[in-house]
Amino acid sequence: MKVDVSNPLWRFRGITSTAMFFFAYLYLPIVILLALSFNENKLATIWTGFTTDWYVTALSNDDMLRAAKNSIIVAVSATILATIAATFAAMGMARGRFRGEVGVSAMLVLPLLVPEIVTAIATLLFFVALGIKLGLITVIIAHTVFCIPFAYLPIRARLEGMDPALAEAANDLYANEWQAFRRVTMPLLWPGILSGAMLSFIISLDDFVISYFVGGAGATTLPIYIFGMIRIGITPEVNAVSAMMLIVSIVFVSVSFLIDRIRY
Amino acid sequence: MSEVVISARSVSKIFGSGADKVTALDAVSVDIFQNEFFTMLGPSGCGKTTLLRLIGGFEEASSGKILLEGNELNDLPPYKRPINTVFQSYALFPHLTVRQNITFGLEMQGIDRAKANHRADEMLELVRLAQYGDRVPSQLSGGQQQRIALARALAPAPKVLLLDEPLSALDLKLRKEMQVELKRLQTETGITFVFVTHDQEEALAMSDRIAVMQFGKIQQIGAPREIYDEPTDRFVADFIGDSNFLPGNLVAAANGKHALTLANQHVIELPSVRSGQKTGDVTISIRPERLGLVAENLADQTHLMGSVKSVIYFGTDTTYEIDLGNDQTVKVRTQNGTGAMDDFGRGERVGVHVPADAIRVLVD
Ligand SMILES: Nc1ncnc2c1ncn2[C@@H]1O[C@H](COP(=O)(O)OP(=O)(O)OP(=O)(O)O)[C@@H](O)[C@H]1O
Ligand SMILES: [Mg+2]
Repeated sequence: MKVDVSNPLWRFRGITSTAMFFFAYLYLPIVILLALSFNENKLATIWTGFTTDWYVTALSNDDMLRAAKNSIIVAVSATILATIAATFAAMGMARGRFRGEVGVSAMLVLPLLVPEIVTAIATLLFFVALGIKLGLITVIIAHTVFCIPFAYLPIRARLEGMDPALAEAANDLYANEWQAFRRVTMPLLWPGILSGAMLSFIISLDDFVISYFVGGAGATTLPIYIFGMIRIGITPEVNAVSAMMLIVSIVFVSVSFLIDRIRY
Repeated sequence: MSEVVISARSVSKIFGSGADKVTALDAVSVDIFQNEFFTMLGPSGCGKTTLLRLIGGFEEASSGKILLEGNELNDLPPYKRPINTVFQSYALFPHLTVRQNITFGLEMQGIDRAKANHRADEMLELVRLAQYGDRVPSQLSGGQQQRIALARALAPAPKVLLLDEPLSALDLKLRKEMQVELKRLQTETGITFVFVTHDQEEALAMSDRIAVMQFGKIQQIGAPREIYDEPTDRFVADFIGDSNFLPGNLVAAANGKHALTLANQHVIELPSVRSGQKTGDVTISIRPERLGLVAENLADQTHLMGSVKSVIYFGTDTTYEIDLGNDQTVKVRTQNGTGAMDDFGRGERVGVHVPADAIRVLVD
């Protein structure tokens, strides 16, 4: 590791070991989970040998596959809706100053701070009050709402770094508002949009609390299915499913991070 | 004079409301002619950019009209005005190549690709960057980006080209080069240039006419020589070049001429003054280089007497500060190497020669 000697943190004794401990604390459980998903023994916590059978079992479990399909339907729909909404919101906010701008911008990201259980109960009450039948649709609506701030932030950051004269230059060169958006703003914004979309997708895929409350019968998503499996006991199959979700998450987050670094 | 291309008719622009209301433009009227290099010059915040943005259509006038060849522009969006802009930040599209940047406007106008590419090559030739078509803007130097911005704005052959301080981001040497280049492009294309700057030297060097602005108003419009030699008010005289300001007293004489008395009873006969010039106490301005110095023993009644307060040597010329008494000083600039003038030292008594035609009586 390259050490930046000018960073005053390096003068503290034990900074390296503290950091090591911290990372171990964060990642050791995940490493153990990954390892145990290859454990031959049916009792998940006793190691007896290597096998990939649990992945085969998991992937041939119809209930599990149905839950995964639900999760993907919800995540894709919520991502598309949230990203479109977030793009318009970010462009609107970048348009210029107006009264209550600070308030609106706070409201856009507030869902990040509201305890999820509160949002879940509130959303459930809302659907029940309106007499909307719980199911995949309600999950999609609820997910769209909490995905918006995750999609909004990277798009807004992109727009902030963009010279407002670029859109004006497009208008100046005979492009109407729509052509200017399509030919100039959009191509410059797409890394932000894509990055926001991938974050939304992962956030939706991982969500448990809200899905649990507003899902109802027939809308079991993967996290809810895993929760159900655990109630019977932690099996290597649970570990295998979790490991697969982990891989998908890591891929999406990394790609989102890399896309966000694209600069012209 | 040739035809009017752009005219502003008492255009005002007010930003904000209530306590933080800003009047950026205050009933500005101006006619800009075909094939003219027209410059708007003035200190920061005087409304230059605002007027330019109104012409371009990026801002809406609070009142008044802007006409293009006699047709009202007010409601047309920027993309329907045959006017292009060179932005201060250049605003080149970073995701497109140089050639794609230049053809952008042409394609939006529906010109087919082959024609547009041909035109782009012509433009690249015009700005002397023929080999750079396939690069992207981030691979160009500041000066090159500047030229591409020009090429892009000129490609659709607009009726008017707007330039908002296009040279301010360049270093001094490059700026001088681009001044020549801009002037050449304007002459070659015959397009009307409306140029904004707060650099008076730049304005004098490049313009056919200059509008000097202050506080959202145009103070004076004229050819560079007119603005420099015949400033109408103190602001213009002070903003463009160096000026001496002296109090005087003006009396109309019987023969249609005027007699100007400067503070120490020195009387100068002025052959002509501006029509409608009020008499009595006035302020006059004189350029330092129009004044001359003579040794005390050579001075007569036509000279203002004073003593040398300071001498600053500038290489090509020397600036003397002369104390005239009564708290009045004048600056006198003399050309070095002409042999016409002797050196004067500090404290020396001298006579200041004031030619009558160098005196401008200012409107207060
Ligand atoms: N969008 C805006 N909102 C509020 N006030 C503005 C806006 N644009 C300009 N102004 C104000 O209008 C006045 C004129 O601004 P303008 O940009 O035209 O000045 P300028 O002559 O171009 O100055 P500079 O040389 O600094 O560019 C300034 O007082 C400025 O603060
Ligand atoms: Mg300006």
